[in-house]
Amino acid sequence: MTRAERIAALKAAAKERILVLDGSWGVMIQRRGLEEADFLGERFQGHKGQMKGNNDILCLTRPDIISDLHDAYYAAGADISETNTFSATTIAQDDYHLDAQACWDINFEGARLAREAADRFTAKEPHKPRFAAGSIGPLNKMLSMSSDVNDPGARLVTFDQVYEAYRQQIKALNEGGVDLYLIETITDTLNCKAALKAIMDLQDEGLEELPIWISGTITDRSGRTLSGQTAEAFWNSVKHAKPFAVGFNCALGADLMRPHIAELSRVADTLVAAYPNAGLPNAMGQYDEQPHETAHELHEWAKDGIVNIVGGCCGTTPDHIQHVAEEVAGVPPRPIPERPKGLRLAGLEPFELI
Amino acid sequence: MTPTFINIGERTNVTGSAKFKKLIVAGDYAAALDVARQQVEAGAQVIDINMDEGLLDAVVAMRTFLNLLAAEPDIARVPVMIDSSKWEVIEAGLKCVQGKAIVNSISMKEGEDIFRHHARECLKYGAAVVVMAFDEVGQADTAARKVEICTRAYNILVNEVGFPPEDIIFDPNIFAVATGIEEHDNYAVDFIEAVRVIKTTLPYARISGGVSNVSFSFRGNEPVRRAIHSVFLYYAIRAGMDMGIVNAGDLPVYDDIDPELRQAVEDVILNRPQRHNVSNTEYLVDIAPKYKGEKGQAQVVNLVWREGPVAERLKHALVNGITEFIEADTEEARQQAERPLHVIEGPLMAGMNVVGDLFGAGKMFLPQVVKSARVMKQAVAYLMPYMEAEKEAHVAAGGSYQAAGKILMATVKGDVHDIGKNIVGVVLQCNNYEVIDLGVMVPADRILAEAKEHKVDMIGLSGLITPSLDEMVFVAREMQRTGFEIPLLIGGATTSKTHTAVKIEPGYHNDQVVYVLDASRAVGVVSQLLSETDKPKFVADTKADYDKVRAAYGRGDNKPRSDLAEARSKHFPIDFAAEKPVAPSFLGLKTFSPYDLNDLADHIDWTPFFSTWELAGRFPDILTDEIVGEAATALYADAQEMLKRILEEKWYTASGVVGFWPANADEHDDIEVYADESRTDVIAKFHTLRQQMKKTREGQYNTALSDFIAPKGTPDWIGGFAVTAGHGELEIAAKFKAQGDDYNAILATALADRLAEAFAEALHKKVRRELWGYAADEALGLEDLIGEKYQGIRPAPGYPAQPDHTEKWTLFDLLEARSRTGMELTESLAMTPPASVSGLYFAHPKAHYFGVGKIEKDQVEDYARRKGWAVDEAERWLSPILNYIPS
Repeated sequence: MTRAERIAALKAAAKERILVLDGSWGVMIQRRGLEEADFLGERFQGHKGQMKGNNDILCLTRPDIISDLHDAYYAAGADISETNTFSATTIAQDDYHLDAQACWDINFEGARLAREAADRFTAKEPHKPRFAAGSIGPLNKMLSMSSDVNDPGARLVTFDQVYEAYRQQIKALNEGGVDLYLIETITDTLNCKAALKAIMDLQDEGLEELPIWISGTITDRSGRTLSGQTAEAFWNSVKHAKPFAVGFNCALGADLMRPHIAELSRVADTLVAAYPNAGLPNAMGQYDEQPHETAHELHEWAKDGIVNIVGGCCGTTPDHIQHVAEEVAGVPPRPIPERPKGLRLAGLEPFELI
Repeated sequence: MTPTFINIGERTNVTGSAKFKKLIVAGDYAAALDVARQQVEAGAQVIDINMDEGLLDAVVAMRTFLNLLAAEPDIARVPVMIDSSKWEVIEAGLKCVQGKAIVNSISMKEGEDIFRHHARECLKYGAAVVVMAFDEVGQADTAARKVEICTRAYNILVNEVGFPPEDIIFDPNIFAVATGIEEHDNYAVDFIEAVRVIKTTLPYARISGGVSNVSFSFRGNEPVRRAIHSVFLYYAIRAGMDMGIVNAGDLPVYDDIDPELRQAVEDVILNRPQRHNVSNTEYLVDIAPKYKGEKGQAQVVNLVWREGPVAERLKHALVNGITEFIEADTEEARQQAERPLHVIEGPLMAGMNVVGDLFGAGKMFLPQVVKSARVMKQAVAYLMPYMEAEKEAHVAAGGSYQAAGKILMATVKGDVHDIGKNIVGVVLQCNNYEVIDLGVMVPADRILAEAKEHKVDMIGLSGLITPSLDEMVFVAREMQRTGFEIPLLIGGATTSKTHTAVKIEPGYHNDQVVYVLDASRAVGVVSQLLSETDKPKFVADTKADYDKVRAAYGRGDNKPRSDLAEARSKHFPIDFAAEKPVAPSFLGLKTFSPYDLNDLADHIDWTPFFSTWELAGRFPDILTDEIVGEAATALYADAQEMLKRILEEKWYTASGVVGFWPANADEHDDIEVYADESRTDVIAKFHTLRQQMKKTREGQYNTALSDFIAPKGTPDWIGGFAVTAGHGELEIAAKFKAQGDDYNAILATALADRLAEAFAEALHKKVRRELWGYAADEALGLEDLIGEKYQGIRPAPGYPAQPDHTEKWTLFDLLEARSRTGMELTESLAMTPPASVSGLYFAHPKAHYFGVGKIEKDQVEDYARRKGWAVDEAERWLSPILNYIPS
């Protein structure tokens, strides 16, 4: 299959059924009990500072583990698996003193590993093609939030720097072969908008157009993103990218995320996606929600017609994804609502003039 | 339909506001932000920001101001309009806004290519655009030129750039009229005419404009300028103008303008034929000075609703929860009605239906609905004597006031919590259901007997503590055994769909058991169960759903677990030699009875108070939340007012007791409590439960509370407490209920709960700093306290660290809690008064909260042996945490 055919297949599949994304990577990598040497591999021997904890580097130093995890999730029934590139931007990797070339390689290799695994499964089960989504994380520096309590106007990065970092990541993911982009765990909509601008500019310059999936994060019961937007304001702020899907992930378990997904489902005239955490962390910082519990909640959402794509974030495992895939199988996907045309703007809150 | 008009704040514009310019030039951004804030508070739905001033670096000023504005949620909640004639300023602005802004403006002034490029960039940054009616030739003045330029721009944007038409706003140029130059006389008409054409020929496009331009020739005479703006907008809005940069707070209402002035202004704006011996402009100039000194309109009194017919007034009172006039209005309605019952069935029910609809649509919130119910109850109470008086005659006539259905509600035996049940009851009553509330601690036989006697349509059971779950299973089985054929509703904090499906539903087959998540779901569930047409489908759906839940539950959790010996070997390690236990300042008991409630008011954690009322959000942010903020603020004001009365009028008394004892852990996860420091006489044992989830990684342990106490050989101590703020709460709540005032009854109960929690928190602080004194130097604010950042823990039996409620028996005995505080335990271990808290104190710096999670049979057997129970008794008390299905 060519990439254009895969994208067509992805869009067709989304019309027919609820698609399933993979689950958490952090927990699964942690379970391997890797050491500094695993992270360094041969390439980064003698590298300055600690590399342990930089999960993205494993795309280069332990590709076997990354392939295993893609396999585990595809085997569990995921339609889409994400590249292990959540933090693979020059800005985020600066913490590990990695340069632009290393970042490029992580994204490119990460895309290739995901795509290879997807190809293996697509070959085995041609009726259920698998897709690789290029994970584009939120950065550790925000454009809308002050970096200094004493100076609300202070910023650690500029829009142009964020734009440049994302632009490199996006290009490498695209060239590495991903089928779609997944801008995820968005805590600051302006960071996301910089990534969207980069995608659209690259397309204008001739890079192959790929579907975009935008996934924000509602951080707590206030029902707002970390940068303060409501669900509807968030949608109004990103819908200009005509995303393939929009949704939320992380921070909340399914029970607390539901109202915000329901709200997006009402306002967004595109696919709605959700991949919550396995509940809230317990006193020990671990996730107790069991696979059948997650699956039960997500099945409710599916049945109530508020989602098109489901999956798991922190604390979820292939077991969770398997339960989720089983539960949502056969449930019709949410029909995309027709919304009256109108001028829709946003500050932290939505504005609508129909 | 009245067209909407969007008012764009104009005061954050250096070209329009001298004050704002001065602030920005001086670098006083804090004061400049206040200008923005005032505009939003005054109702601006979008704020226009313009920094085009020769003295300024506009790029820097725009970036600085927008970055600062992002930190002000009360301003940043509205979208911004980035206003500049320079593209680099606009682009700098676009790089600072996370929301969707409006760019003001782009145009074809420098040709189509640049126009296309700017439009494409705006699209990629995610902004709407204002397009000025300006081309290579110049600004459009006549209606025809305005329409021509806008049409050309529209076609380029929509057909070539791919710009969404709904994101296009045209500014067809508002120019000054009454300048004395004849060619200007038709400018307002040209604008209005162009608006009309653009709105009909260019679909979805919007129209904006800078309104103050039109009156430019009258600067210095603000009243006349405002009259001109008002008249101009009156016609432009009707022609289709959608938004404008205008200080709307200043505008007089069109109808309120002096008729002479209004006619003169209209003649100018509409360029009407001259009606005096001078031109329209000259005439307006002549009369203008007369109006210069005019003051603004007087404030309209907020009792306009009293002018309406009585049915409207009743509806208004119900929707807004106003009791002030309810008796007089009810009396008036009664006099107009044939029978008092018709007042209820007519205007009162109509009003409550509106309330129900608004609540259903999420436009009203629980506290408001409960207030509406209070108004309703007072109206009904007023009518009762009249209804009684005509009852005999009426019964003879064969009619009666028919409720939609009759529901019996009760908190089950052993449980004393009823806020949630009361709220559900009120909501159901608002929807015309008759509710028979048996109160709290109701045994199964009484529930069934009353249900039979009242011939109810449904039974609703509520409970907050875990042993209530078993009692509900029992009630369901009893209903089956005794042949009930009505639905059973299950609700309350510990209940769940899973428990209902797995444990309750299998015991009752005669009708459906339904788990009701919260009050907002109650009406939907009840109405479907009572509807002959809806019920079969609802029941079938519910059954199917519960089958699934059971199946999923049966598949269970295959997480590997450790056996008890292995778990004990991985106990939480504390080096008691390195971090020595600290001895308390005294041993034995200390009673605080009464404790000064005034001390507790400041310790209240308000966030759970709002969740009691189903208002989600963190305090204090919840008060300004866009959705529930208004309801939360009103509720908070009522709560503060009642809190003041609670303190001043001493409604409640708080009592508490604290105790410290020498203690050591044994090898079986128990904590021995000794009579004195000789540590020979064991006066009690606290039994604890150990985590059994598989812990494979370094630094992961299978923790039990006993790990936090030193083993024998090292002196250690344990503490305990029991506090209540609830003496008096039942009486107060009953008093309000008797007055038909559920709102205040629920409020009083919820506040007692908060005070008890605050008491526990305050006492723990005193324990840490003085009574035990292991953290004498601690200084934490309220937020840190709620965030539990301090040293030491106070876990309560029945909560995750020790899920066994029966440990309260030991605790209460040791503390002599019953005689010292007047608190009691029910057979299900609920504390009375309901607003009570108890727990153990662990002082060690390594002590922390955790959840025991599910446990295996080997631990249950061991625990039963230690507690002196049969295994099945242990399984009953521990049923929520068993990792297996007991035989």
